[in-house]
Amino acid sequence: MIRLTGIERTFTVGGEQVHALRAVTLEIAQGESLSIMGPSGSGKSTLLNIIGLLDRPNAGTYELDRRDVTGLTDDELARVRREKIGFVFQFFHLVPRLTAAQNIELPMVLSGIDPAERARRVEQLLAEYGLTERSGHRPDQLSGGQCQRVAIARAMSMRPGVILADEPTGNLDRHTGQEVMGVLERLHQNGGTVVVVTHDPEIGARSHRRLRMIDGAVASDEKG
Amino acid sequence: MRPADLVRFTYASVTAHRLRTGLTALGIAVGIAAVILLTSIGEGLHRFVIAEFTQFGTNLISVTPGRTQTHGASLGAVNTVRPLSIDDALALRRAPYVQVSDPIVQGNAEVVQGGKSRRVTLYGVGPDFARSLQMRVATGEFLPQDDPRAARAFVVLGSKVARELFGGGNPLGSRIRVGGDRYRVVGVMQSKGQVLGFDLDDTVYIPVGRALELFNRESLQEIHVNYEPTAPLAEVEEGIKRILIARHGTEDFTVTPQQKMLEVFGTVLDAITFAVAAIGGISLVVGGIGILTILTIAVAERTSEIGLLRALGATHRAILLLFLGEAALLAAIGGAAGLLAGWSIALVLQVALPALPVHVPWSYAALAELMAVGVGLAAGVLPARRAARLDPLEALRSE
Ligand SMILES: Nc1ncnc2c1ncn2[C@@H]1O[C@H](COP(=O)(O)OP(=O)(O)OP(=O)(O)O)[C@@H](O)[C@H]1O
Ligand SMILES: [Mg+2]
Repeated sequence: MIRLTGIERTFTVGGEQVHALRAVTLEIAQGESLSIMGPSGSGKSTLLNIIGLLDRPNAGTYELDRRDVTGLTDDELARVRREKIGFVFQFFHLVPRLTAAQNIELPMVLSGIDPAERARRVEQLLAEYGLTERSGHRPDQLSGGQCQRVAIARAMSMRPGVILADEPTGNLDRHTGQEVMGVLERLHQNGGTVVVVTHDPEIGARSHRRLRMIDGAVASDEKG
Repeated sequence: MRPADLVRFTYASVTAHRLRTGLTALGIAVGIAAVILLTSIGEGLHRFVIAEFTQFGTNLISVTPGRTQTHGASLGAVNTVRPLSIDDALALRRAPYVQVSDPIVQGNAEVVQGGKSRRVTLYGVGPDFARSLQMRVATGEFLPQDDPRAARAFVVLGSKVARELFGGGNPLGSRIRVGGDRYRVVGVMQSKGQVLGFDLDDTVYIPVGRALELFNRESLQEIHVNYEPTAPLAEVEEGIKRILIARHGTEDFTVTPQQKMLEVFGTVLDAITFAVAAIGGISLVVGGIGILTILTIAVAERTSEIGLLRALGATHRAILLLFLGEAALLAAIGGAAGLLAGWSIALVLQVALPALPVHVPWSYAALAELMAVGVGLAAGVLPARRAARLDPLEALRSE
């Protein structure tokens, strides 16, 4: 469960204050599927980064699973990210010299999970995302859709409560994009919390809950 | 992160750029090879010199005329130097712990036998000379225990002189001319070879009193004293000085124990080895700078990967270790290659130039590899810290 209260985020650019987020208050329940839309520069990515503990708010509090994570140190934040949050990026961010299987394994390697357990989970994830045939391929030998599926499998490898995706289809053609969204929707159906930032109204509309941001503030929040 | 995974990850990073890795490691390899080679030669030289000097034993003291003073040698003192005499040498036998006291004078002389003549090094010595220097007689005897002041005209030949003058024949009992006087050959020495470029076999030995007459000298060049190996050196020195001062009135002679000489040699040679290793160390520093450079580039190139690792939950420490590990691995590869190269060159040198003493101590090899890894770690600190300090979000965004 995610609870944001009065979140403010300002950037100082050339002596001027840019308000990226203004008094954002938001609660996301466990297992919810949420899409965030809005014009460019409205603060969607900034919000997602704060939820993902990659960025810190200037004011306000953030509770993740009933724990106040606002004041944690960098390394504590890294540990929380490792255990509770899975990221999916627009540009995949796969490590080019590692195979699909090794990329999927990476978060578990960083967490020091037992190799036998890692191998088990990697195999399961490869099968789940239709990548078994591609397990030994490096990213430059994979299509965009396959890369994004590897990235999603990687995000899922630590079995996080929350998946955060910032324009996951932004770099894919329409068909592959829909395929990737299908994968994310399945995650949600299996009980995961999925937050997706997107520019595509069609994709946004498919979510159960739809957030619209304008100028750093939540303009609308629709369900159903 | 598990240590094994850390190694695997750094190994994958390092092998992803083979050429770059090879060239960077080469820098370290050259440094390590230089260190290994130079210290090997230094150490070989050290052993060679010590071996040359100790082949006659180490419980030796050399007494020479004149006072070697380190501070303020006065010119007037030179005039009052009394010669070291055969009697001085005999007197020293009474010094505590002294086993043998050999008067020695050395020069060049012509030896003639049958129509053949040869210029050789001539030693005027006492009867105990050979024994005290652990030199062996091949045939016959060394000079007999005559009164050194009135010894019989006997000569002992070095092996080369015997060969040159007598060919395969037996020289024992023959009469040869040494510096114009007739001497009877009583022995031939075993071959001893060269010592510090000096041919010990192209030598003849005659009684010291006769040699002094031959060279028309008053003073011995040296008195060679052998003492009991277990004796306290300071007391032996003290005893020698006391006797000679009593005879000469002043300390107009110099007592040099071989052990002290060896100590001096040892420190000088150690210093040479160290200096030479330091020269090799400079190329190691250059190799270290190569690692620093390549790692700085790697951190810049892989900024977004670092951002990703941080997003996936890698701590500062983990990033730091990853890049330090890469630096250490690069250096270790280079170090191992350099070790192999340096060692091979040392072996080739040993075979090709047997005169050049080369010795590779294993402890140095291990030390050099440790040093390589140390240099790698030192070179890795700055780039690794830069990587660890990157802001995850900014790093992720850099593309
Ligand atoms: N690191 C930063 N430094 C300065 N300003 C920033 C930074 N990150 C975001 N901003 C500013 O904050 C505002 C919100 O940015 P954000 O990236 O959240 O927008 P967005 O909704 O994701 O836009 P887009 O749809 O184009 O991705 C923008 O005005 C942006 O210029
Ligand atoms: Mg954005």
